[in-house]
Amino acid sequence: MDSEPPLLEARGIAKRFGAVVANEVMHFSVHRGEVLGLLGENGAGKSTLAKILYGYYTPDAGEIFVDGKPVAIASPRDARALGIGMVFQNFTLIPALSVLDNVALFQKNLPAIVPRDAILDRMHHYAKRFHLAVDPWMPARQLAVGDQQKVEILKQLLAGARVLILDEPTKVLAPQESEGLFKTLGELRSEGLGIILITHKLREVLACADRICVMRQGRMAGVVGWREASEDNLLALMFGDKPIQPALPPLDAKRHDRGHSALQLIDVSTSGGNGATPLHDISIKLRSGETVGIAGVSGNGQRELGDLVLGLLRPQRGAKLLWDEDASRWSVAQVREAGVAAVPDDPLAHACIPGLTVRENLALGSGGRYHDGLGLDWQRLDADMNKSFARLGFPRPNFDARAGNLSGGNLQRVVLARELAHHPKLIVALYPTRGLDARSTVMVREQLRDMRDRGAAVLLISEDLDELFEISDRLIVLFRGVIAAEFLPENFRAETVGPFMVGAAEHANAA
Amino acid sequence: MQHDAVTLWACASARAKAFALVAAVALGVFATLLVAAGKDPLKAYIDTLTYVFGNAYGFSELLVRMIPLMFTAVAAALPARIGLINVGAEGQLYMGAWLATAGALTFSDQPAFVLLPLLTVLGFVGGGVWALIAGVLRAMRLVNETISTLLLNYIAPLIVSYFIFGPWRSPETASYPQSPPFVDAARLPTFFHSRVHLGLLYALAAVALYGFVLTRTRFGLEMRAIGGNPEAARRLGIPIVRYVLIVMFAAGGVAGLAGMAEVAAIQGRLVSELSPGYGFIGFLVSWLAGTSPVGIVTMSFLFALISSVGDILQITQGLPYAVVNILMAVILFVVLGRQNSGSAAR
Repeated sequence: MDSEPPLLEARGIAKRFGAVVANEVMHFSVHRGEVLGLLGENGAGKSTLAKILYGYYTPDAGEIFVDGKPVAIASPRDARALGIGMVFQNFTLIPALSVLDNVALFQKNLPAIVPRDAILDRMHHYAKRFHLAVDPWMPARQLAVGDQQKVEILKQLLAGARVLILDEPTKVLAPQESEGLFKTLGELRSEGLGIILITHKLREVLACADRICVMRQGRMAGVVGWREASEDNLLALMFGDKPIQPALPPLDAKRHDRGHSALQLIDVSTSGGNGATPLHDISIKLRSGETVGIAGVSGNGQRELGDLVLGLLRPQRGAKLLWDEDASRWSVAQVREAGVAAVPDDPLAHACIPGLTVRENLALGSGGRYHDGLGLDWQRLDADMNKSFARLGFPRPNFDARAGNLSGGNLQRVVLARELAHHPKLIVALYPTRGLDARSTVMVREQLRDMRDRGAAVLLISEDLDELFEISDRLIVLFRGVIAAEFLPENFRAETVGPFMVGAAEHANAA
Repeated sequence: MQHDAVTLWACASARAKAFALVAAVALGVFATLLVAAGKDPLKAYIDTLTYVFGNAYGFSELLVRMIPLMFTAVAAALPARIGLINVGAEGQLYMGAWLATAGALTFSDQPAFVLLPLLTVLGFVGGGVWALIAGVLRAMRLVNETISTLLLNYIAPLIVSYFIFGPWRSPETASYPQSPPFVDAARLPTFFHSRVHLGLLYALAAVALYGFVLTRTRFGLEMRAIGGNPEAARRLGIPIVRYVLIVMFAAGGVAGLAGMAEVAAIQGRLVSELSPGYGFIGFLVSWLAGTSPVGIVTMSFLFALISSVGDILQITQGLPYAVVNILMAVILFVVLGRQNSGSAAR
């Protein structure tokens, strides 16, 4: 590997969007037979770098080398001709076409009469070798997400990719599927491909990367070989000189006993379908003045649990009580009216109407609070929302702006300000700090604790164990729709909780 | 607020410019076609303008034509705001006319102050229930409303035909299938010794109410929320199913009023050829107007003017009325071309 030039190398890459420096990467390379983890927070510039390598963006400065020779990559077509393939977060399959047609469509210099048999042969060959078996005649629209990803990889391999860039590939996968993907990546590595795995999850790079490049604010913060890599040094590289958050004062444990039941789930099961994870026999009791954290790998029923509490999903068996009343069949409006607030993970998709103004978005879902005849009392709404923004310490956005024009972080602030404005009695927070900058993250966590101290019940669903440890009174681990374990603060340690999140606890217990 | 007035004015002038441009390009292309057919487009246009604006009668006929178009345009625009596509205004118009006729024939001994409100309510309910069928099917996630409203269009005229060929067939004009004439008390009042009738006020009120509800009430806000992002609306507790049902009923009701006005003011009885496709033209009007209230009025005016062109061509140059369909199609193309391809492809 020392004598051989890298498969793909980039030097002195710079890319600006307006005044924002998106990338300033002095050196980056991937070698034959290597899985390179490209790690960094949201917005650290990982995707920008990948898109530059794939010819999607043209860099303002810098050189790219393939096999040691300088190349010009002006478009994805150029990149593919050089053997660079990329699998995007959003797949690019044509839903109506079969898997075979999708793969064929992607081949270089496809003859006028499609050589189906030849392509089929090669597909079978690759599928067997790399665990990428998919029915070639199935229309792409009928494929599960994991299979779609397989097709994306297959079509890159058949098109002759030697460098494969995967942008957050596990984001859409269930844990089992992720394991399959890593197995595939391992096989591809042994075939001599260079693989760039973009992710913000430490676990993944630690599990399968040979080298880890950590990006921070558009720059390469450091490169670590897998032998030296540990969670601590990667975290230090990812977050750099970010001030250590002042530890919040320890929770007042006595409060538990005083609170009465806010939310009670009694042996609740829900049906799956539509890609939902069914919940099985979930029993949770959440009292006023208490925060229960829900830990788990994404896709193990967290979203469904949130939907269940909010009334979007009804229990198939069992009962849901809100303040000791049977709320199993309440509508979303009834649940919200009763004092439940929701902080979702994707504000643009789940909590905002992009075409409406910020003010109009703030008015939605407020029940009858601002009714004024047929209309709404906008002045009172403005006053309340100004107060809420101030209390949260968020800058007040222009209420007349279209919500769709706000950045993701600002939109999340709008949603938080709306949901926390009326002192909700129960807060369901689903990844509430995802996409927020460090300062706002601290603000939100403080606010959630503050709400709890003032008597609200908080159900915090998060992937961030530090966040969960910091503000939960109790921690529940969900695994495949079942409560895998429950922890009290004295056992809040990653090595204790972690095994239950990946279903490895049985082995641990046996050992 | 001054700010509002300024934006309103800016909007209005921009809309007027767009309107003028669309009309100019469409009339230009249509003129080329007329020349190709050996006709004189300039004469046709001048004839139309002198006919429509040269005397009170011509202009009053233009207003009469605008009435059903404004109704059916609102019937398409209202559901569009919550993301539903109602192409069934034609059928809803027929059912409104049918139920209004039932009322007029049954309660023919009642005075006008009873009959007119009654016919209005029945016209509204007739069209509303017809649209509600599609609304219920949609709410139950059984049939897409575009399909069901379209198919219901084929059924409604047959129901009307059954009644005028059968139970309601007028004994006086047995050779021609139509209902007996309405009593005078069941006829909508007309104004200025013309065929312009009370329906004009109804239609303008419907457009104004539509605009008011959408922009000034919380129901309008919630409707725009559903149209803008149904998933977020659901998660915010907005009762989407209830809105689907109410909006479809109201939209069908407004289309039903168009049918009621046609039988109670223009025809004076139920006939089989009630509408030369008002429901479909209204859909076009709403679509071209971008569902804005002012746009609905101006586009209704434009399409009423176009039908006048058809009349004139028929009378003075011996061309079939159907040539105006070409003009309408040209306008549609011009408007489609003006929108950026991104939003049109959506």
